[in-house]
Amino acid sequence: MRIGVVTFPGSLDDRDAIRAVRLCGAEAVSLWHADDTLHDVDAVILPGGFSYGDYLRCGAIARFAPVMDRVIDAATGGMPVLGICNGFQILCESHLLPGALIRNDHRLFNCIDVRLVVENTATPWTRDFGRWQEITIALKNGEGGYVADQRTLDMLEAEGRVVFRYAGSNPNGSYNAIAGVSNERGNVVGLMPHPEHCVEEGFGPSTDGRGFFTSVIAALAAGTGLEVRQ
Amino acid sequence: MSTLDTVAHAAQTPDVEQPWAELGLKSDEYANIREIVGRRPTIAELAMYSVMWSEHCSYKSSKVHFALWGENTTDQMREKLLVGIGENAGVVDIGDGWAVTFKAESHNHPSYVEPYQGAATGVGGIVRDIMSMGARPIAVMDSLRFGNLDHPDTARVLPGVVAGVGGYGNCLGLPNVGGEVVFDDCYQGNPLVNALCVGAMRVEDIHLAKATGVGNHVVLFGAKTGGDGIGGVSVLASETFDEGGPAKRPAVQVGDPFAEKVLIECCLDLYAARVVAGIQDLGGAGLSCATSELASNGEGGMRIELDKVPLRDPSLRPEEILMSESQERMMAIVEPHRLEEFLAITTKWDVEATVLGEVTDTGRLVVTWHGEVIVDVPPRSVAHEGPTYHRPLARPTYLDVLTADDTTDLARPGDHDGAGLRHALLTVLAGPNIADKSWVTDQYDRYVMGNTAMAQPDDAGVVRVDEFTGLGVALATDCNSRFCALDPYDGAQLALSEAYRNVAVSGARPLAVTDCLNFGSPEDPGVMWAFRESVRALAEGCKFLGIPVTGGNVSFYNQTGDVAIHPTPLVGVLGVMQDVSKRPGSGFRTEGEHIYLLGATRDELDGSEWSRVLHGHLGGRPPQVDLAAEMRLAEVLVQGTDKRVFGMAHDLSQGGLAIALAESVLRHGVGAAVSLREVTHIWGVSAFAALFAESTARVLVSVREDHERPLAQLCAANSVPMAHLGTVGRPGSGLVVQDCFEVDLDELQAAHTHTLRAAFAG
Repeated sequence: MRIGVVTFPGSLDDRDAIRAVRLCGAEAVSLWHADDTLHDVDAVILPGGFSYGDYLRCGAIARFAPVMDRVIDAATGGMPVLGICNGFQILCESHLLPGALIRNDHRLFNCIDVRLVVENTATPWTRDFGRWQEITIALKNGEGGYVADQRTLDMLEAEGRVVFRYAGSNPNGSYNAIAGVSNERGNVVGLMPHPEHCVEEGFGPSTDGRGFFTSVIAALAAGTGLEVRQ
Repeated sequence: MSTLDTVAHAAQTPDVEQPWAELGLKSDEYANIREIVGRRPTIAELAMYSVMWSEHCSYKSSKVHFALWGENTTDQMREKLLVGIGENAGVVDIGDGWAVTFKAESHNHPSYVEPYQGAATGVGGIVRDIMSMGARPIAVMDSLRFGNLDHPDTARVLPGVVAGVGGYGNCLGLPNVGGEVVFDDCYQGNPLVNALCVGAMRVEDIHLAKATGVGNHVVLFGAKTGGDGIGGVSVLASETFDEGGPAKRPAVQVGDPFAEKVLIECCLDLYAARVVAGIQDLGGAGLSCATSELASNGEGGMRIELDKVPLRDPSLRPEEILMSESQERMMAIVEPHRLEEFLAITTKWDVEATVLGEVTDTGRLVVTWHGEVIVDVPPRSVAHEGPTYHRPLARPTYLDVLTADDTTDLARPGDHDGAGLRHALLTVLAGPNIADKSWVTDQYDRYVMGNTAMAQPDDAGVVRVDEFTGLGVALATDCNSRFCALDPYDGAQLALSEAYRNVAVSGARPLAVTDCLNFGSPEDPGVMWAFRESVRALAEGCKFLGIPVTGGNVSFYNQTGDVAIHPTPLVGVLGVMQDVSKRPGSGFRTEGEHIYLLGATRDELDGSEWSRVLHGHLGGRPPQVDLAAEMRLAEVLVQGTDKRVFGMAHDLSQGGLAIALAESVLRHGVGAAVSLREVTHIWGVSAFAALFAESTARVLVSVREDHERPLAQLCAANSVPMAHLGTVGRPGSGLVVQDCFEVDLDELQAAHTHTLRAAFAG
């Protein structure tokens, strides 16, 4: 089982994502932004950070990295893709996911532990969770406010594509308290909180993040996603 | 345009008037420079000497006192010391082949002028110091001191500084694991921004700033050079050569954390490929500092073609390029046959790298500009042989008045005045220095890298170094400058004691010390006396504790008009822990655990947080320093943590036992019921003193019932006194002090969290 983690210049949580993949039992494969191959991986993670400094708009430059052409092709073909924080922003900029992330409504960078409700357990990244299960995951960003037009929001809600919703107070003004969404097929999931920081007892607020990685490993083992390997 | 001031031209024009005074040089310093170069200096040479001989770069007022460090360092203390004072940062051996480097640095004045960029580049600078030792930076901390919380200028400075520390550190991907936020009127016109960075490497990967190997390339890499951070040299531009360039250049540097993040990864790849023979970061004094220090630490000579420096602003003059403090730049010494490999790595990271020149053995630093020699000096005279001042010292007479004005006459609540004691607790808890700092610390990423075992608001930052064994380090920075104002010697040792204790309370064994000495003008004999006392106190204290000072930083001229800040010798202590997952943490968690106070309580209220918040008072004598007691207590804490005896452990400092109890309840929202009977009985103090005295060498711990015996044995073996206080309550309960008062959790939370949020949020 090979899970790729893309490093863009300015990626910060790539090493953490690699560790999480390894701790949960898969082989982590480092992918470089300038590569035009995915090195035969079975799934891809776009990690957190500030790709290319994010001075223009979060994820706006990374979307044009050579490796993203391959990621977009693979995602369209059904490969499991997870975008965490900056990775979520890049997936939105790439139009693999709908909507956009804007400056937090309180206008500050915020590093806190949040509770999320897992609302969709049909994706390859969430199948090990129970539906409506509440999990605690670290959140840390300055631009984590999820926005979309009303029609898109209605569609996401109607199709069950709101994968994670903030429980309790809304930390950043995200519409409908949305923390993460999926594409129509469910193989591409993006969220602002950081499951890779929640995989080891004593190093993060919980170990609830393990479920993301064990889910995709189980999904790949069950053949979901393998048939679309590029 | 004026003509280029070459060495040849300078030799022919000995009588040209030079702006040495405007550049901050004294007449005898200027005469000394003329003597060293054997003629008048060129304008580029004058600029180089002026900035390298500044207080900031040359330590000219402080270095005579640094002999105290050496005199107080024993061979036993040097055992773990791989690199000591004098390099970019000290390095200590933490075992298993791992080395750790750490250092703190001030960026006070830039942060007052331009809070965001000043603080941001403070973080950037200290991170490059750590990188230049060959280490991967693994965490940062920041110690911030501001004026009164209610002053309008604090509302200008604090949010900018916090956003700058966060904006830069977060984008760099370094967890911020602790520090301090302190408010005191003495910092109103001169806030302090001290940033600390820690890095880790394998012992064999240590790099040094040396230009060795004649013929080796001198390579500048990283960001282009611009006109930012040119302080004194703007005088040159305006006085002599003004026609071409912009009139006024910004004195505060501008940071680009993305460029620095890429530079970190690029440097680590370069180190791994073993293509770097020597390395130096470009910080204060830019190329002047890097070239002169590298050359004088190595073969002694260097030749540089300055016109090859990639520029962001093509109108920069050569002397400005030499002085520019543009950020995110490094200088490497590279053997000719490794250059291709070096450049392949910088290209991979899209980092611009330029060969500027080569290492020579001529004993001269020669800088050319389009083929003409504009600098030709002995590099040691620039980097290491600047002036040394023996400034006059005098104990200020006002100290006698301050000492006499103690807290004896301040109104205290009596033992049966439960309401008065309760009011004092809630008032001190809501005071700006004790109040919850999460509005600040939530703006910092504490999770990135996945190795953070403990961060604020716990007593120390704890990070894992080796993922496979759990080996890691704990770091704490402290300084209660009120105590330093009352007695600079004891105050500095109290800062050392507190940082040492905070490391031990996290379960780590203290190993090494760094400092950041913030003082007023060295030209004030009273300030200079306090400085000398502080250095002596730290050197002697470290000798007593058996842990070496590995490096540090001095910041003078922190004052407004004639009024200096309190002496603020910030102390950072680093400790090592075999398995960081064993750290107990600072809050109550488990109902029914027994709570003990370890250490001796005395009626020590002078300089306390209670005296400040309730009476606006500062006077008397600081609490007694007891380093032997600190060592015994640390032994109990380190051994107890290793044996997993403690449910929690929390240091007592400002606000005493009352605040330690409240914070331990607030940490996880789990209450406690305690009685002061044993403490008042054993130590013969009032309930009030038991709650609010700030006696040192004390911690609060909780243990399961079956651990009470091992705790008692540990304490007995180390002669650490213990007093039973009570038990941990249920989740959601508050603090009960029997026969005194009760406060429920909501009221504690409200008092604690309101102050900073009311001042800055929304």
